[in-house]
Amino acid sequence: MAVMTYIQAVNQALKEEMEQNEKVFVLGEDVGKRGGVFLATAGLYDQFGEERVIDTPLAESAIAGVGIGAAMYGMRPVAEMQFADFIMPAVNQIISEAARIRYRSNNDWNCPITIRAPYGGGVHGALYHSQSIEAIFANQPGLKIVMPSSPYDVKGLLKAAIRDDDPVLFLEHKRAYRLLKEEVPEEEYTVPIGKANTVRKGDDVTVITYGLCVHFAKQAAEKLEQEGINTEIVDLRTVYPLDQQAIINAASKTGKVLLVTEDNKEGSIIGEVSAIISEHCLFDLDAPIRRLAGPEVPAMPYAPPLEKEFMVSPEKIEQAIRDLAEF
Amino acid sequence: MVNQTYSLENDKDTLLAMYREMLLARRIDERMWLLNRSGSIPFVVSCQGQEVMQIAASFALNKERDYVLPYYRDLGVVIHFGMTTREIFLQAYAKGEDPNSGGRQMPSHFSQKQNRIVTGSSPVTTQVPHAAGFALAAKMEKNPAVSFVTLGEGSSNQGDFHEGLNFAGVHKLPVIFMVENNKYAISVPLNKQVACENISDRAIGYGIKGIKVDGNEAIEVYEAVKQAHQRALNGEGATLIEAVSYRLTPHSSDDDDMTYRTKDEVTNEKSKDGIVRFQNFLFEKGYLTETINDDLEAEIKKEINDATEYAENAPYADASTINNYVYGEKGDH
Repeated sequence: MAVMTYIQAVNQALKEEMEQNEKVFVLGEDVGKRGGVFLATAGLYDQFGEERVIDTPLAESAIAGVGIGAAMYGMRPVAEMQFADFIMPAVNQIISEAARIRYRSNNDWNCPITIRAPYGGGVHGALYHSQSIEAIFANQPGLKIVMPSSPYDVKGLLKAAIRDDDPVLFLEHKRAYRLLKEEVPEEEYTVPIGKANTVRKGDDVTVITYGLCVHFAKQAAEKLEQEGINTEIVDLRTVYPLDQQAIINAASKTGKVLLVTEDNKEGSIIGEVSAIISEHCLFDLDAPIRRLAGPEVPAMPYAPPLEKEFMVSPEKIEQAIRDLAEF
Repeated sequence: MVNQTYSLENDKDTLLAMYREMLLARRIDERMWLLNRSGSIPFVVSCQGQEVMQIAASFALNKERDYVLPYYRDLGVVIHFGMTTREIFLQAYAKGEDPNSGGRQMPSHFSQKQNRIVTGSSPVTTQVPHAAGFALAAKMEKNPAVSFVTLGEGSSNQGDFHEGLNFAGVHKLPVIFMVENNKYAISVPLNKQVACENISDRAIGYGIKGIKVDGNEAIEVYEAVKQAHQRALNGEGATLIEAVSYRLTPHSSDDDDMTYRTKDEVTNEKSKDGIVRFQNFLFEKGYLTETINDDLEAEIKKEINDATEYAENAPYADASTINNYVYGEKGDH
């Protein structure tokens, strides 16, 4: 096994899928010769050529829309949005088209496109290079939204996304790209879409989260263990549609639930998680559901103290878990 | 002409086949209005005034190979590509057997994979980048297929028009963009939609060929599309064709066009109806006679009557099917 960073796992998954299936191709801005601004596609242009690693014009609706057309034809396009913040011009294509193609054609057509986009803050990216955009897409049946938290999951989930017969929005935390590294098997494996993962066992408090916040939650939990507080951590992995049973099981297990997202709190993914728990776990709860999220401001500011104030951190999670444990 | 020895003008069988499809499209459309006004179907959006360009263009394509991405007025295109009259009425009645969507979409949101008619939506122009995507895929797969996409002139103002044509231009894709300029985007006339003289001039900005034709002249449209098709197959890239005609009906059954245009204007345009013009051309050629025409009308009427009756009596999809096909069966949900 090789130690891989999160971004190297992205690259590895793309390479493996392109080697195995010549219908898989990549398109986006700067993905070719440059290898992507984060180097997610590094080396692919040299290995597979410009026909399968396509540098597109700077036009996000076309990146999505051309990919959608090719997917309906029978290809397996992987479209890259350079930053999740720039996905907005493609929203009509993703929601009105990709998400509805199977349903509106009564299962005649389908749209197996994967749209990758780096999201998230803590990288001095300010308002338009830091946003979490998953909530915009998270009430669109027909679409799947995957947000991996580790290099292992990145490889397995991205391969699963590319093989999926429906459109998948694959959101990668850009701060995780080089921050997170671990051993990743070189051999073939996939991680199932739609299934949450219990990344830590504990009896006192349950944390349900996804993406980079899983890493922060683990750090907090390790520290709290020394104080005798044992934390269960569930990584949603797929934030839409949600793995309801895993959420219900985890919430019922400890009766004290902390939900964490880097997104703004209102209308976020964790609001839906909270609703599921409220519907199913009323008599199992020993404390009110607690949410830790970004503040209700439009997006993350640039100046370091403001950015820090916005971001979820291990310290903030630690405090929230402790509060719940003591409730 | 693409083939110097071939002349469509003297190809009696093809011309009559074209005429039949034009007439069928018109008569189906007229029946839809009757059904709507009598309360049998809730909605109609029409092809009337655009049948000639639709059928002529479709005849210039390869219906065994090419992909078509029609917009909601393209009844003529889908008829040529193999959608039957019965299937067309099934979608008008929103019945379960409707191959377009099983009654899920509004009428005229065409789709039929077996005939390579690509599913479309209501937000206009989203199909333009899709057409580039089909052409890109065909090119990658070395499949000698062309994608043919249509839209209204109002849609040529959308960002997806620009993004799709530019992408096709940069990658020299085998795609034909045909703007069916019927001079109105619902109520807004052409001069409030664009300041340029010709929609086809927009091709210059994308480095592709642009051509404007009289959409009521079947042979002119056919030849323009045939050449565009040949250019696409030769690896010479995309073409933007602007075919001009006039929308003879209100925008849809929910529109009242007398609130923004005059009866005189519509009457005047009706006198230039491309189907009548094509019919006269066939009479002059001696290919069409009153007898042949009457027989054709009778045959089409019967076809439409049968289809109407079938569709009216066909069942709706059961309410329990509402959750079907959100995701593929292979998926986890």
